Amino acid sequence: MHCCNALLVLIIFLTACTGSQLNNPYSDTEGSQSVLYQSFDERPKHMDPAVSYSSNEYAFIAQIYEPPFQYHYLKRPYQLVPLAASKMPEIRYLNAQGETLPKTAPDSEIAFTDYIIDIKKGSYYQPHPALAQDARQHYSYHSLTTAEIAQANKLSDFKNTGTRELIADDYVYQIKRLAHPKVQSPIAEIMKGYIVGFDEFAKQVSDKPKNAIKDMAMSGVAVLNAYQYRVRIKGKYPQFIFWLAMPFFSPMPWEADVFYNQPGMAEKNISLDWFPIGTGAYLLAENNPNRRMILLKNPNYHLETYPSEGEPGDQQKGLLIDAGKSLPFIDKVVFMLEKETIPYWTKFLQGYFDASGIASDSFDQAIQFTGSGGVALTSSMLDKGIQLQTTVETSISYLGFNMLDATVGGNSEQARKLRQAITIAVDYDEYISIFMNGRGLPAQGFLPPGIVGYDDSPQSHNPYLYDWVDNKLQHKPIEAAKQLMTEAGYANGIDPKTKQSMILYFDTGLASVDDRPRSTWYRKQLEKLGIKLVIRATDYNRFQEKIRTGNAQIFTWGWNADYPDPENFFFLLYGGNGKVKFGGENAVNYQNPVFDKLFETMRNMDNGAQRYQIIQQMQEILRHDAPLGFGFYPKKFSLFHSWYKNLKANSMANNELKYLRIDSASRAAKRQAWNQPIFWPLLLGGVLFIVLLIPAIYAYRRYTKEPLQ
Amino acid sequence: MINYIIRRLLYAIPLLIGINILTFVLFFIVNSPDDMARMQLGQKHVTEQAITNWKQQHGYDLPLLWNSTAAAEEKVTDTIFYQKSVGLFLFHFGASDSGRNIGADIKERALPSLAVALPTLCVGLLVDITFALLMVLFRQSYIDRVGTVLCVVLMSISSLFYIIGGQFFISKLLRLVPISGYDDGFAAIKFLILPVLIGAFSGIGSGVRWYRTLFLEEASKDYVRTARAKGLTETQTLFGHVLKNTMIPILTGVVVVLPTLFMGSLIMESFFSIPGLGSYTIDAITSQDFAIVRAMVFLGSVLYVLGLLLTDISYTLVDPRVRLS
Repeated sequence: MHCCNALLVLIIFLTACTGSQLNNPYSDTEGSQSVLYQSFDERPKHMDPAVSYSSNEYAFIAQIYEPPFQYHYLKRPYQLVPLAASKMPEIRYLNAQGETLPKTAPDSEIAFTDYIIDIKKGSYYQPHPALAQDARQHYSYHSLTTAEIAQANKLSDFKNTGTRELIADDYVYQIKRLAHPKVQSPIAEIMKGYIVGFDEFAKQVSDKPKNAIKDMAMSGVAVLNAYQYRVRIKGKYPQFIFWLAMPFFSPMPWEADVFYNQPGMAEKNISLDWFPIGTGAYLLAENNPNRRMILLKNPNYHLETYPSEGEPGDQQKGLLIDAGKSLPFIDKVVFMLEKETIPYWTKFLQGYFDASGIASDSFDQAIQFTGSGGVALTSSMLDKGIQLQTTVETSISYLGFNMLDATVGGNSEQARKLRQAITIAVDYDEYISIFMNGRGLPAQGFLPPGIVGYDDSPQSHNPYLYDWVDNKLQHKPIEAAKQLMTEAGYANGIDPKTKQSMILYFDTGLASVDDRPRSTWYRKQLEKLGIKLVIRATDYNRFQEKIRTGNAQIFTWGWNADYPDPENFFFLLYGGNGKVKFGGENAVNYQNPVFDKLFETMRNMDNGAQRYQIIQQMQEILRHDAPLGFGFYPKKFSLFHSWYKNLKANSMANNELKYLRIDSASRAAKRQAWNQPIFWPLLLGGVLFIVLLIPAIYAYRRYTKEPLQ
Repeated sequence: MINYIIRRLLYAIPLLIGINILTFVLFFIVNSPDDMARMQLGQKHVTEQAITNWKQQHGYDLPLLWNSTAAAEEKVTDTIFYQKSVGLFLFHFGASDSGRNIGADIKERALPSLAVALPTLCVGLLVDITFALLMVLFRQSYIDRVGTVLCVVLMSISSLFYIIGGQFFISKLLRLVPISGYDDGFAAIKFLILPVLIGAFSGIGSGVRWYRTLFLEEASKDYVRTARAKGLTETQTLFGHVLKNTMIPILTGVVVVLPTLFMGSLIMESFFSIPGLGSYTIDAITSQDFAIVRAMVFLGSVLYVLGLLLTDISYTLVDPRVRLS
């Protein structure tokens, strides 16, 4: 009883404190600020743009750091535009003697390519203690004593902040950081192959502290003037421009390294890896990955405006209403840690998160399939004014065959037909329907939509897997696969060597109980051909080891685009990148000299009809050779509330927060209406408890009055 | 007693070394330094050179337990085990493999864990003992019988059900408290109400049954009969005598868990987004961060040893017959 009373008092107290929304998970008042509420489910490991390379980290750092270029927010296919740069780079080709070549020079003559990048004048860093200076122009916090560091527990404990203009030196400094072995950039090994002098610089500084590189030169990068720098790469590599749009190539002031590398700072978790310093639209005001991360609008952000043109249809969708307006629109972005899908989904429905994905267990609540096979929101979602946006991601999930394997691998006709039969039997339309709630697009080739070279005509298909019948795609019947098995010498799935059912092995790193249905599904697919598929489930480390050493036979694998160029996909099948022979990314160890030759030609070409033609030839070779079953392109379903404006899915760009706008008044009104507390069940519970207790009290009184037996 | 405490603390040293070796061996049976490097460097573009660099930077380029190429004592000291373990005994946990200082992380996460676990323990204890006493008071009545059945039912239900059900009913339907989250200071109260209530409620079944058994056993002793014969009421007997004499088994269960409350609860913290230590170890195992795993296992062992010692000491406080020697 006392507990109930105490709870009621507490509830009344809390009601008085927070208005009528007792379930509001946010304690801070918004005031006149425009605040966006998002969630994250995995703590980011790195915030240093030289080290960070995963999407959950990019969700933060892409708002803070500004590489020279970015993807246009609205236009498709994806298109690069200047960000910190004032214009697109000037590209010069040089021969081995360093002489400038014409743009039309053959690839064989091009020994080097220079990217000359001009950056905007008047861009300033966010206020940061590393840039704070005293009256005598000395840095306030570059020579801290042990006692001073001992007193600080977080970056905001350093009260003074400063800023300075962004200069070309900062970009060059960052490239030198990428090379430093102690920074451990994941792209250091790749860049050794491209940027001139990168490898030599790495060796030169290997035993030096991180902040000792400021005055050391890397031969391939040079500051031409305060607002212009040059990056020299080996040969011709047109895709290098895409790297320049990734956070790796963001500017870094040398002062940051000096500040953070003082002894004792790392012990306090005050490091560049944890407290970024950038010129972007936002700054990281609170970094508590165990609870929440808060981004605030950078008060020093340079002028950038919302794009005034996009794709056809963007105008009708209201995506150009804010054209020409100054960015960003949102003052504060609160990211809350939410590991479980149930509270995450509930908070979204209560209006405490502005947008949401859809977990499998909430899918039926949110989505219904229409008669024509399309998707629509359920009435409960529509009643709340929730909207749905679907996008096919620039990723592929595929069924890989180890081409070094004696049975499924190799270029023999027998093996090729066996692989083709398996790809027909493994029905990814069914897989998408069963395991992904329809959130995938069966792949007809290796390139997902949005990547240059993707054939988006409706009748485009893989003729080895689908037929075009009655103006729609139809998966080939299993009889076609059985016919191929017969032609391969495995009629009815019987292995002629053993005279018994053929045994193949499916290797997977997904060994949990939850993953078993998927493995079982693969086994059943091959049963249709009379093949016995043995599931070899191991932990992920062992699975990776099998792939590295070529001991896997059939497996599933995937790739998420780094940039929207076919080179970023086809290199996964280039012979020179074989996993076993060369330790590269070609996990199926596919090697076809014709394909390799076309790849070498295609990767250096500018986009155009000729390149498109070569890409289609390469797709055709892959469809014919079937070193992998193309699988599917995952489809992303995003839900967002009616007050969430300007959302357009962009698989390449991660700096979309600056374009978003929130109608705070509408959100406040809806939250108020949706979250009125209900007290009567509590009162009812209390009354019931008392009623139940009364007869017991009477019984006790009677019992105590009875004489002892 | 001082001698006893010192002896127990000294016993703990070989125990902790043993636990450390066991953790080390088990971890490295499943993961190699190469696997750890791959996990930290990500899935893309990871070359052998990058792995070698990572191992060198993080001190995983040494042999695991025995360095046969080193000289003299360096055969032992120039190993991953020695280099990574020595600091633990001085509570210097070092940096995690992703670069964060573990000591600072533990300090930051311990308080939220405690903020959930301590009230849950106190409320749970209070509710369990109250209901157990109530059932003993009304023993043989319908309250006792219904209560016992109810306890068995409550014990049979998974704690996950209580969490999901509690979140659904209290937060989603009644909208009385936030469904998950945490805040600093007094602002944390509204986030703690639901996990504490659910934590206490989910333990009622087993807790009440356990305390009821203890109380009934005590209530059947001769001195209780004598007390009743002297004219004490049932409530005076229960609260004045039975409760006091049942303190030893109650203390055994409670004091031993007190230090480990810092370690938090994985499921509770995960569902309620409490930024505590509960998920720290599991996250570290998932991300193959050996530095955190060994630090947390070591800390857990130390706290458990401490809990057992505190239990022994508490016996002397509640029972004058017990002497530590």
